[in-house]
Amino acid sequence: MPLIDRRLLSHFDWTLFAIVLMLEGLGLLTVLSASYVPSAHRMDPLFVRQLIWIGVGTLLMAGALLFDYRSLIGYSYSLYVVALLLLIAVEVIGHSSGGSRRWINLRLFKLEPSELAKIAVLFVMVRYFRLEPPPGGWGFRHLVIPFLLLGLPTALVLKQPDLGTAIVLVLITGTLLFVSGLNWRVMAALMVAGMLAAPLSWHYLKPYQRARLVSFIDPQADPLGSGYHIIQSEIAIGSGGSWGKGFMKGTQARLNFLPEETTDFIFAVYAEEFGLAGSLLLLGLYACLIGRGLWIARHARDRFGALLAIGITGMIFWQVAINMMMTTGMLPVVGIPLPMISYGGSSMLITMAGMGLLISINARRHTF
Amino acid sequence: MLTVMAVVAARLYYLQVIKNPEFAQLADRNRIRIRRLPAPRGLVFDSRHRPLVNTRPSFNAVFVPEDSDNLSQTVERLQKLLGDDDIAGKVADAEHNGRAPYEPITVDENLDWQQVVALETHQLDLPGVSLEITPARHYLYGDLAAHLLGYVGEVSRNDLLRLTNYRMGDEIGKFGLERGWEPYLRGTPGGEEIEVDAVGRRLRVLREIPDRPGESVVLTLDLDVQQAAEQAMQGKNGALVAMDPNTGYILAMVSHPAFDPNTFVGGITPANWHRLITDPEHPLEDRVIQGIYPPGSTFKLVDSVAGLEEGTLTPDTTYFCPGGMWYGGREYHCWRRGGHGTIALHRAIVSSCDVYFYNVGLHLGIDRLAHWAHLMGLGRKTGIALHGETAGIMPSSAWKERTYHQPWYPAETLSVAIGQGYVAVTPIQMVQVVSEIANGGIRYKPQFVRYIEGLDGHIIKAYPPVVEARLKIDPRYLQTIRDAMARVVSSPWGTAHRAHLDNVTVCAKTGTAQVIGAGKAGVRNGEPEGEIPVKYRDHGWLVAFAPEDHPQIAVACVIEHGGHGGSSAGPVVHDVLQKFFQLYPPNAPQLAGRPEAADVAAR
Repeated sequence: MPLIDRRLLSHFDWTLFAIVLMLEGLGLLTVLSASYVPSAHRMDPLFVRQLIWIGVGTLLMAGALLFDYRSLIGYSYSLYVVALLLLIAVEVIGHSSGGSRRWINLRLFKLEPSELAKIAVLFVMVRYFRLEPPPGGWGFRHLVIPFLLLGLPTALVLKQPDLGTAIVLVLITGTLLFVSGLNWRVMAALMVAGMLAAPLSWHYLKPYQRARLVSFIDPQADPLGSGYHIIQSEIAIGSGGSWGKGFMKGTQARLNFLPEETTDFIFAVYAEEFGLAGSLLLLGLYACLIGRGLWIARHARDRFGALLAIGITGMIFWQVAINMMMTTGMLPVVGIPLPMISYGGSSMLITMAGMGLLISINARRHTF
Repeated sequence: MLTVMAVVAARLYYLQVIKNPEFAQLADRNRIRIRRLPAPRGLVFDSRHRPLVNTRPSFNAVFVPEDSDNLSQTVERLQKLLGDDDIAGKVADAEHNGRAPYEPITVDENLDWQQVVALETHQLDLPGVSLEITPARHYLYGDLAAHLLGYVGEVSRNDLLRLTNYRMGDEIGKFGLERGWEPYLRGTPGGEEIEVDAVGRRLRVLREIPDRPGESVVLTLDLDVQQAAEQAMQGKNGALVAMDPNTGYILAMVSHPAFDPNTFVGGITPANWHRLITDPEHPLEDRVIQGIYPPGSTFKLVDSVAGLEEGTLTPDTTYFCPGGMWYGGREYHCWRRGGHGTIALHRAIVSSCDVYFYNVGLHLGIDRLAHWAHLMGLGRKTGIALHGETAGIMPSSAWKERTYHQPWYPAETLSVAIGQGYVAVTPIQMVQVVSEIANGGIRYKPQFVRYIEGLDGHIIKAYPPVVEARLKIDPRYLQTIRDAMARVVSSPWGTAHRAHLDNVTVCAKTGTAQVIGAGKAGVRNGEPEGEIPVKYRDHGWLVAFAPEDHPQIAVACVIEHGGHGGSSAGPVVHDVLQKFFQLYPPNAPQLAGRPEAADVAAR
C-alpha cells in the first residue's frame, strides 16, 4: 500500500479537488443563507448537517480513491441489486414528504435510494459495455439487457414519483450508449422512438406533473399553484441583477417566497444573492469540472476507466444542466438537485464518491 | 455540452441584466406591503378660534386570527370581555371580504377605559389580540350644530369607484361641513412599508411615510351664540338661523331635534342608525335648509317690498279691513275678525292685517309678486355649502301651468299674499329675506366658513362675502318697513314683543303658518291651541334683525307646531339676540362675524 499511496499522491488531481471544494464552499454559503432564520441566533442545523455531509463525502472520496476502480467494477451487480432492494424498500417502508415517497428513515439520516440508483446504473452499464463493440457497433440485440437493467430502477423511481431522477437515469445510460460505440442506425431509431414516445408519455404522467408542464408553457395560468415555483424562481434570479443583492440579503428566499430553497431551487437563492457575476462563476466552475472529467476520460488507461469517467461526468452535467434550465424557466419543473450546492446527504455522498472515482481514474492512468 | 452551458449563460444574462428592473420590482412587490395610517382630520373652530371638533386617540381592539392557537376560544373570551357578541361575525366578514393572511381585523373601536384595562390584563388569554390607537373624530359639544358640522363614516363602495385616493376602510366626511370640506379636513394619510414573508407575517417596518394632518376650518359661527340658540330651542322642534346681514356669515344654526355626530365615529351601530332614520321627528333632517314651511305672515315683508317697488303700493296707501273680504264668491278672513278699519302700510305690518295684504297681492298680481320674491331669494336655493338644500316653492302662473297644467286663479294670490297656499320656504331663505330688509337690499350667499387655516397657522383660503344680487329698493320705502318691524317688537301689544331688548331696537315680523291638512282634519280657526292635536298645530315663525340702524344680526326661527310665532319663536329669538349683544355691544366699531381685514392680514 505505501507504494500505491505515493504514486496516487504524486498524480493526485489537485485542480479537480479544488474545483470540488470551491463548489461545496459556495453550496455551504447558499445553504446557510437559504435556511437562515433571523430570529434564531444559532448555527442553523441544516448548515451543520451539510458540513457533516461534506466531511463524510470527503472520506468517501478518499475511499473511492484508495480502491482500484477496476476491482470496484466487480461489485457492479451487487451494488445494483442493493440499490434495487432499497428502491423496493422505499415502496414498503418509505418516508413520504411533499407528496412523494423517496426516503428510508434511518434515524440518523434519511437515505434516498434513488441517488444510489444513479451510480448503480452507471456501474452496470459500464460493466456491460466494458468490451470493445463488435464491428458496426452494438446492435439491437445487445441492448435488451441494458434496457432491462435501466427499466427496473427507472420504473421504481417513477413510481415514487421522482421524474427528475428517472430522466437522469435514462440520460446517463444514453450518454454511455452514445460513447460506447452504438450502431448509428440503432441510435437514429432510438432517437425517433424517443420523440414518438414523448407525446404518449403524457398519459402516464401524474396530474401534478402535467400541471407543471402546462405551467412551464404558461406560468401565469396558475400563479399560486403549479406556476408558483417557476415564477418565484425567475423573480429571485432576475431581481439579483448583475452583482446580486449580497450574501444573506436575498429577499425571495429569506422571506420564504421561494419554495424548495435549500434543495432543487437553491440556484435561485444563489443567483439572487450573487447576481450574474456569481452565476457565471458557478457555471464556469461546473464547466471546468466537466472539462476536467472529459479530459480524464480521454486519458484513462483503459476503456473501462474512460466509460466510468464519461458516465460520472455525464451524471454531473445532466443534473447541472437540467437544474439550471429548470430554475431559469427553460425546462419544466422536475426535481433534480444541483450537485454539490443543493442540501442533501445522499446526493452529496454519491457525487463525492463519483469525484473520488474521477481522481482515482486520473491517478491510475500511469500505473500498469 | 458547451452549447448547453452557453444557453444557460445567455438565459441568465437575459433574466439578470435585461429583465432585472422588472424582476426587482416583482420581488419588492412580493415582500413589501403598504399599511395606510390615516391622518388626523383637521380641527374645526368657531369664529373666535375655540375648538368645536377635534381628534382624540381611539383605542381599538385588533385581532390577527393566525396568531391565535384556538380561534373560537379567543373570540369567545374577547366577546365576553368587551361585551360585544358580534366579534365572531366581524371575523367571518373580514375573511369573506378576502382578508390577506396576517392582516389584522379591527373587531371593536372606541373602547372605553374599562374595556382597555380588561384587554390589557387578559392579554395572555387572548393570543392574537392587541390594542391599536387611531385618531378618532370628537365633537366636543355633542349635538351642537350637528347638522352644520355633519359626521364622518367609512367610505362606501360607490365613493370608492368615484375617488381614486381613498381605500377600503378609510374615513370620509359624509354630511355637513365634514362632507363639504373633506379635501381640506382629511389631510394626507401616511403609511408604513412593511416587509412581510411569504405567509404575510410582518417582519419589520422598512420605511415610514409621515401623515399630514388635515387643515383647520374656522367657522363664522360663534360658540356662545350657538349655545344660547341651542339652549333656547331645547324641547322644541324647529330651526333657527342667525346671520350677519352685512356679510351673509352664519352666526348660529340650529335644527332640532338633532343627533350626536360622535355616535357615527368608528361606524354607527345598526341599532343607532335604525333609531335615527325611523324617528318620526327626523333628527337627521337639517330643517334650516331642508325644512319647508309656509312663511305665514312673515311673507308680508315680501308683499310690501314688491308692492312698493312696483308702485302698486305706497307707504300711504290705505285699505279698509272689516275683518275679511269677499273675493270670487268666497269670504277671506282677516285673522282679526273684528277688522282693523282703514289702515296704511305701517299699521298693516304692525298689526299684520290680512285684508290689507290681500289687496296688496291682488293689485300686484301673482307674477309681479313672484318676480320680487325670487329676487329676494325665495323659490331658489341660497347656495349654502351644505348638501341637500331645498329650493322651496314660490308659485307663479307659469309655475302652476308647468306643475298642474292649470291656469292661475286670482283667488289663489290671496293665499300666497299671506304666506299660505303654494308658497313654501326654508328658514335659511327667510333669514336672507330679512337680511335684505336690514342691509338695504343686498342678497348675500349664506356662508359658514370664514377661512381655512394651514398647519402653520397661515390662512390658506378665505371666504369673502358673496353678493348674489343687489335689489334696488328705495331706502325710504325700506325705512317704512323697518319702522313698522321695530314697532312690532317695541309696542307692548306688538306680536313680537317677546323679542324685545332693553338696549337694542329689534325689528321683527312674526308669522303663523297653518299646517296643511289641519283644515281637512276639522280644525277650525280660533280654536284654543291646547285642544288641537300637536301635529295639526300651527308652525310659529319669527324673523328679526337688530339693531334697527346698522344691523348686526338677522335671525329666522320657526317652531314646528308651536302655535303663534310671537309666543313660540319670540322667546327663542330674544335669548339669541340678548346673548349676541352681550358679546357684541350694539354699534360697536367691529361687526360680529366679519373677517376684519386687519385681522386676516396679520395672520
